[in-house]
Amino acid sequence: MLEIKNIFKTFNPGTINQKVALNDLNLTLNDGDFVTVIGGNGAGKSTMLNAISGVWRPDSGNIIIGGVDVTHMPEHKRARFLGRVFQDPMLGTAANMSIQENMALALRRGNRRGLKWGISEKEKVQFRAALQTLELGLENRMTSKVGLLSGGQRQAVTLLMATLKKPKLLLLDEHTAALDPKTAAKVLELSEKIVRENHLTALMVTHNMKDAIRYGNRLIMMHEGHVIFDVSGEEKKNLTVEELVEKFSTASGQEFANDRALLSK
Amino acid sequence: MSIITSIFNALPGAVAQGLIWGIMAIGLYITYKVLNISDLTVDGSMCTGAAVCVMLTIAGMPLPLAMVCAVIAGMLTGFVTGIFHTFMGIPAILAGILTQLSLYSVNLKIMGKANQALSVRNYDLLVSLQYIRNVPIWKNAIFVVSLFVIILIAILYWFFGTEYGCSLRATGSNLNMSRAQGINTSFNTVVGLMLSNGIVALSGALLAQYQGFADVQMGRGAIVIGLAAIIIGNAVFGKIFKNFAFKLLAVGLGGVIYYIVYQIVICLGIDPDLLKLLSAMVVAIFLAIPYWKKTYFAKPKKGGTKNA
Repeated sequence: MLEIKNIFKTFNPGTINQKVALNDLNLTLNDGDFVTVIGGNGAGKSTMLNAISGVWRPDSGNIIIGGVDVTHMPEHKRARFLGRVFQDPMLGTAANMSIQENMALALRRGNRRGLKWGISEKEKVQFRAALQTLELGLENRMTSKVGLLSGGQRQAVTLLMATLKKPKLLLLDEHTAALDPKTAAKVLELSEKIVRENHLTALMVTHNMKDAIRYGNRLIMMHEGHVIFDVSGEEKKNLTVEELVEKFSTASGQEFANDRALLSK
Repeated sequence: MSIITSIFNALPGAVAQGLIWGIMAIGLYITYKVLNISDLTVDGSMCTGAAVCVMLTIAGMPLPLAMVCAVIAGMLTGFVTGIFHTFMGIPAILAGILTQLSLYSVNLKIMGKANQALSVRNYDLLVSLQYIRNVPIWKNAIFVVSLFVIILIAILYWFFGTEYGCSLRATGSNLNMSRAQGINTSFNTVVGLMLSNGIVALSGALLAQYQGFADVQMGRGAIVIGLAAIIIGNAVFGKIFKNFAFKLLAVGLGGVIYYIVYQIVICLGIDPDLLKLLSAMVVAIFLAIPYWKKTYFAKPKKGGTKNA
């Protein structure tokens, strides 16, 4: 479903701020894979997701989604393959448009937007049903501006929007990091449910090792711009946080010195 | 007593002129509020619209066609700013300033000199300050311009409700989200700037007919007047007008209120030289109010966890 081949990316090359963000990154996702991504700060997790979604072009290498080479496709064009949820709850929705307008925009991802009316009665029924599954009572507030919702509610709506039109690949970029623990847990459960019910292929970046072990069928660890540890199936299920920290030390030859990751054991 | 009479006499003219500036403000609203860009092109494109309309009419083109050409010319100015901004990566404000400056030359070249008259005695114009009193209602300038305002609002209301119009609104609201939903934000920004400046040029074409001439200075400070109209409209009608069409109407009426106040101030005998200074100060203060509210008068939120 997703193939990342020999991706290199250096930011600010030739300056004192030069930063090798992706260093010969290779990753292949199978259909239906739900992969959690962990790694220290600056390991290249978000950079990888940005490379996939086309925020910028890589220096070299190829990205193939569902058999289509998207390496040189602009961000808005490859959006039709992708569902994206960002770390910042404010980024995923248009604050001064209503919930239903946001959803209507998302439903047309990848379609030509013409001069037909922006939202149909039939769609409103569909959106109501979809919002009901969130169990947040948002189905009764469909004409409210999204800016009035809380961060957690906005992430839940963004999640729905990312999957209203089934994406080939769902990208979750630490999408619960900005939420309080209770809301974060709820949004995670919801993400898992949506991925499972729609049989989606998903990449989820997280700082929480427990979550990384608990969710998904496969786990990858990144360090210095490439994958240093890749585990799936039974072996992944039986992982512990201690083992992960251990794996990190052996695979990278360094201490897993990341306060955030350790704190969130 | 005489002041009141003179105010009263000036009122219909102020309303007609205010409505024309209201159209300009509606154009500005598209960039300022919908696209979230401060587009300074309008200071030049208003005159471009006037110049094109006047010169083509003098050259013998039927007036409606000349006005269509004026709108197209205005859209071209927006296109240029849009290309400066999206393709060349120039910040929007600077892109507008560059276009505006170059339009000064362009407008002079269109007109051949700084001022071109278009007398209502020689041409059959849609609106004129001669058509304020003692004319049948359908010829009355206020009626004709009101018609323009209403039709314009209806078209914009429809347009921004369509799939494409929604994607334009999303572009102004959140660039990240828009691109993630497959919206070509650069293209939309250019289209929004074209639409806006097309409308501004239309108001320029109407203003030139109304006052009977086009002048290379006529758009100077248009953005300030347009912002004033948007702010006044929002301050007066913001609480009652929630629908998009009514918000646009509020902008149009904001222009009318601006010009009525303007007339009153003139009739009260204030030095007209100071009017631009006053307008700018008023707009500056009104733009500052939301910031002051946030910075100095923010109330602590109740139930802090709600926004977690």
